[in-house]
Amino acid sequence: MSWIDLCAIDDIPLRGARRIKTAQGCVALFRTGDTEVFAAADRCPHKGGPLSEGIVHGQSVTCPLHNMVFDLTTGQARGEAMQIQTHALRIEDGRVLIDGAKLRARSAA
Amino acid sequence: MSTRKLVVIGAGMASGRALEHLFEAAPGQWDVTLFNAEPRGNYNRIMLSPVLSGEKSYGEIVIHDDDWYAQHGVTCRFGEKVLSIDADAKLVEGEKGVVPYDKLLIATGSTPFIVPLPGHDLDGVIAYRDLEDTNRMIDAAATPGARVVVIGGGLLGLEAAAGLRLRGMEVTVVHLMGHLMDRQLDESAGFLLRKSLESRGIDIRCGANSKEILGENGKVRALLLDDGTELSCDLLVMAVGIRPNIALAKEAGLATGRGIHVDGQMITSNADILSVGECIEHDGAVFGLVAPLYDQAKVAAQTLLGTHATFVQKQLSTKLKVTGCDLFSAGDFAEGDGREDIVFRDPGRGIYKRLVIEGHRLIGAVMYGDTADSNWFFGLIRDGTDIDDMRETLIFGPAYQGGASADPLSAVAALPPEAEICGCNGICKGTITDAIAGGATDLGAVRAQTKASASCGTCTGLVEQLLQVTLGDAFQMPAAQPICGCCDLSHEDVRRLIKAQELKSQEAVWQELGWKTRNGCHVCRPAVNFYLLADWPLEYRDDPQSRFVNERKHANIQKDGTFSVVPRMWGGITTPAELRAIADAAEKYAVPTVKVTGGQRIDLLGVKGEDLPGIWADLNAAGLVSGHAYSKGLRTVKTCVGTDHCRFGTQDSTGLGVKLEQILWGSWTPHKVKLAVSGCPRNCAEATCKDVGIVCVDSGYQVGVGGAAGMDVKETERLGDAATEQEAIDLTVAFIQLYRENAKYLDRPYKWVAKVGLDWVKARVVDDLDERARLIAAFDLSQSIYRKDPWAEEAKRAPAFQPVADLTLEAAE
Ligand code: SRM
Ligand SMILES: Cc1cc2nc3c(=O)[nH]c(=O)nc-3n(C[C@H](O)[C@H](O)[C@H](O)COP(=O)(O)OP(=O)(O)OC[C@H]3O[C@@H](n4cnc5c(N)ncnc54)[C@H](O)[C@@H]3O)c2cc1C
Ligand code: SF4
Ligand code: FES
Repeated sequence: MSWIDLCAIDDIPLRGARRIKTAQGCVALFRTGDTEVFAAADRCPHKGGPLSEGIVHGQSVTCPLHNMVFDLTTGQARGEAMQIQTHALRIEDGRVLIDGAKLRARSAA
Repeated sequence: MSTRKLVVIGAGMASGRALEHLFEAAPGQWDVTLFNAEPRGNYNRIMLSPVLSGEKSYGEIVIHDDDWYAQHGVTCRFGEKVLSIDADAKLVEGEKGVVPYDKLLIATGSTPFIVPLPGHDLDGVIAYRDLEDTNRMIDAAATPGARVVVIGGGLLGLEAAAGLRLRGMEVTVVHLMGHLMDRQLDESAGFLLRKSLESRGIDIRCGANSKEILGENGKVRALLLDDGTELSCDLLVMAVGIRPNIALAKEAGLATGRGIHVDGQMITSNADILSVGECIEHDGAVFGLVAPLYDQAKVAAQTLLGTHATFVQKQLSTKLKVTGCDLFSAGDFAEGDGREDIVFRDPGRGIYKRLVIEGHRLIGAVMYGDTADSNWFFGLIRDGTDIDDMRETLIFGPAYQGGASADPLSAVAALPPEAEICGCNGICKGTITDAIAGGATDLGAVRAQTKASASCGTCTGLVEQLLQVTLGDAFQMPAAQPICGCCDLSHEDVRRLIKAQELKSQEAVWQELGWKTRNGCHVCRPAVNFYLLADWPLEYRDDPQSRFVNERKHANIQKDGTFSVVPRMWGGITTPAELRAIADAAEKYAVPTVKVTGGQRIDLLGVKGEDLPGIWADLNAAGLVSGHAYSKGLRTVKTCVGTDHCRFGTQDSTGLGVKLEQILWGSWTPHKVKLAVSGCPRNCAEATCKDVGIVCVDSGYQVGVGGAAGMDVKETERLGDAATEQEAIDLTVAFIQLYRENAKYLDRPYKWVAKVGLDWVKARVVDDLDERARLIAAFDLSQSIYRKDPWAEEAKRAPAFQPVADLTLEAAE
């Protein structure tokens, strides 16, 4: 694994989100707790809604376009057979790091 | 057997325990020299807090006294700091001379972290670590009326704060994060803790950033916060964290990271040097509680004795030693796949419990108010017990784990008769079941006879479950319409309780009104956020994260993720200069569609999210502000040309429309609010289908309310007639404030008026002049905060609209 430093955890508002750009499209960082952040694709599989603009609650986010709710721990949509890609993150000394190897591996595949 | 020389640096809790094990297993085998920078031997540092609060004396917390050291032949060099270690020559150099060793044990603990704020070296700025600090605090508290500021709302800071408050000081706690003890507690438990500390008279400021410590004649005078607040104080305690004390080891060439590296046998990178306590780093972890240090001490003693033992890290739990604050936290709340929360709240008794489950195991627990079962939960976490069979009733603790069915009603059925159901009125289960047996077969009757659920109403669900358990099919559960799955209360009840119980934060609402989720959902959060800001405009701060994207971004999101930008055109009036600025902005940002809206203004559609701050700044420069085309707030005030130009106009409809828009803009309302003013009954501004519509006539102004022309179409009803323009404005403002204070979130005025009745509205807005004045004053107060351009504020935060990192290059490598 190679971890890439993204930002300070405080760059992401509590119960809010920020985006990062990757070669496979935008990935959203959701801060669900003071020291809890999840990463997942920023694109809703329904009609492409930007999930980073949704309301973050518990460990879920609600898509801003048509209110589909995604569990950020699994990427699974609530009550629908839809799924978003999640990414491993690490928090170290107040910084958020993402698993770069995985991002690269997927772009190579 | 010949004795060997053991030198110990640091007479703290870890080395003290190691020596106990050593002397017990092999008395006389080691000749020990013990250095300690503090001028005393080993005492129970943990118990400094009860010493501070006056519940204990120093004498009561000494662990090893002079007799103990003498009995074991320890050469005590207390008050003497070790200056260096010569690992090659195996010598330790103290301030008063050099001592050789066969084995060395480093147990230097940690040092408090002092934030390097300007003024941190002033007299009166202290940490909280040892007896000196404690005595310093006790002395400061001796002056009547003395003030203290504690920086840090963690375990240590709060124990210091509570102790000093008990000694009569004026205490303020300044905490950087949003809630207290953020490492151990979640928001809800943090809220309860805060409430309890505040009720003792401790002033608590969360989310507060310290900027500078101000002094006078070299002595601390006040703490200055980022937001300009000055907190005056005679003493400032910094309790923001600790750093392992590794300087000696590092200089001696030992391997260090955050702490002194040790292996499982507590041996450092030098085979003759061991280390234990807060100064070490084992397998990436450093330590701040005594439980693991005691395990390390045991292992170190065995290593010295030549027995093989290995230190293993275990789950830890935390409690706060403040009398009356019962809290417990254990395990892991960090991110992970497939985790599930179980939440239990008993608002009446101030109880909150949350369990975190992963797979088949309990991995974390937070409790406040009732920690009686904490050891049982801690055991489940530590042992990794499979909890599948008790999942449904787990939160109720060991008393309900009979292996019975997982029916939620059975938990209620299992409650003993003396279990309290209604916290407000102290009514227990037995009283209620007796009443039911005596013929009280519905909620109203139980309420009337026992008072249960007659106060705050949050135990209503429990009472209903009791009715069901007792009466079975004879009882029909009423279909209350709760806001969403997070709670059992209707919008109206939540609004009422926010006012009645003076709930002023979301955490307060979740806890006191028994929310079943950690922090609500996309349905209840925007509603609760609105209710709080409408009822407590000064105390509550709007939470952008509880708003739908349009209101958070101050622009309407489009189906392709771009946004639309609609600047305000007051009363539909614009100027060539404004039109030019709009045209320039449209060109500069390549806006694909420019459209005249149905609300008499211009919409720029298809703007990229990243461009929003730029286009807003350009429009602002021309004097244009947000049109709030996205908000549950004032949208447009449409007007017709009126007396200015029209041959039929009776009053200045355009002027009144502009005035109304300038008074009302920026206010948040339960749903959007649209107005129109027509200059005569020909009604070219379509005023008679608006939320508030004014039709000018020769004798004055006819103010109508509750119109609709959206999914429903409905003509306004006459609220009243006004003789003067000012009276028309007053009626409008009072009506809108009454709507803000009472309507359910997402009810347009016509729906709300239909529920409460136009007569109820008239009685307050038209007939009762005092109430009208109060409503207007309340609206003005709220507008003192909200009547401002959000675009101007947001344009300053342009970086927040950009991606936080760009990995397109990284990932392509
Ligand atoms: C831009 C505009 C259409 C236009 O091109 O003219 C418009 C556009 C939208 N309207 Fe509207 N409404 C617009 C005038 C109206 C009017 C006419 C008026 O204001 O005089 C009405 C009927 C009057 C009324 O408010 O009821 C109107 C009744 C609605 C409704 C139904 C409300 C209802 O309670 O029945 C919705 C849905 C809602 O609010 O839940 C809605 C919702 C919307 C939304 C915000 C849908 C959404 O959530 O994304 C549309 C945003 C489009 C976009 O991407 O920006 N729009 N909408 C008009 C903006 C006026 C302005 O300057 O602010
Ligand atoms: C107010 C307070 C409350 C606490 N409450 C709890 C609690 O409730 N639960 C819990 O588990 N933990 C609690 N702790 C933490 C706990 O006290 C520590 O984890 C524990 O004391 C650490 O033990 P130690 O032996 O590693 O270090 P210490 O006890 O700090 O001992 C280290 C000693 O080494 C000496 N020393 C350092 N450098 C040198 C040198 N160069 N030469 C000579 N001597 C040196 C120091 O003077 C010190 O006396 C609390 C701490 C404080 C301050
Ligand atoms: S009428 Fe419908 S489609 Fe047209 S702007 Fe309004 S909401 Fe959108
Ligand atoms: S695009 Fe996300 S729910 Fe429709």
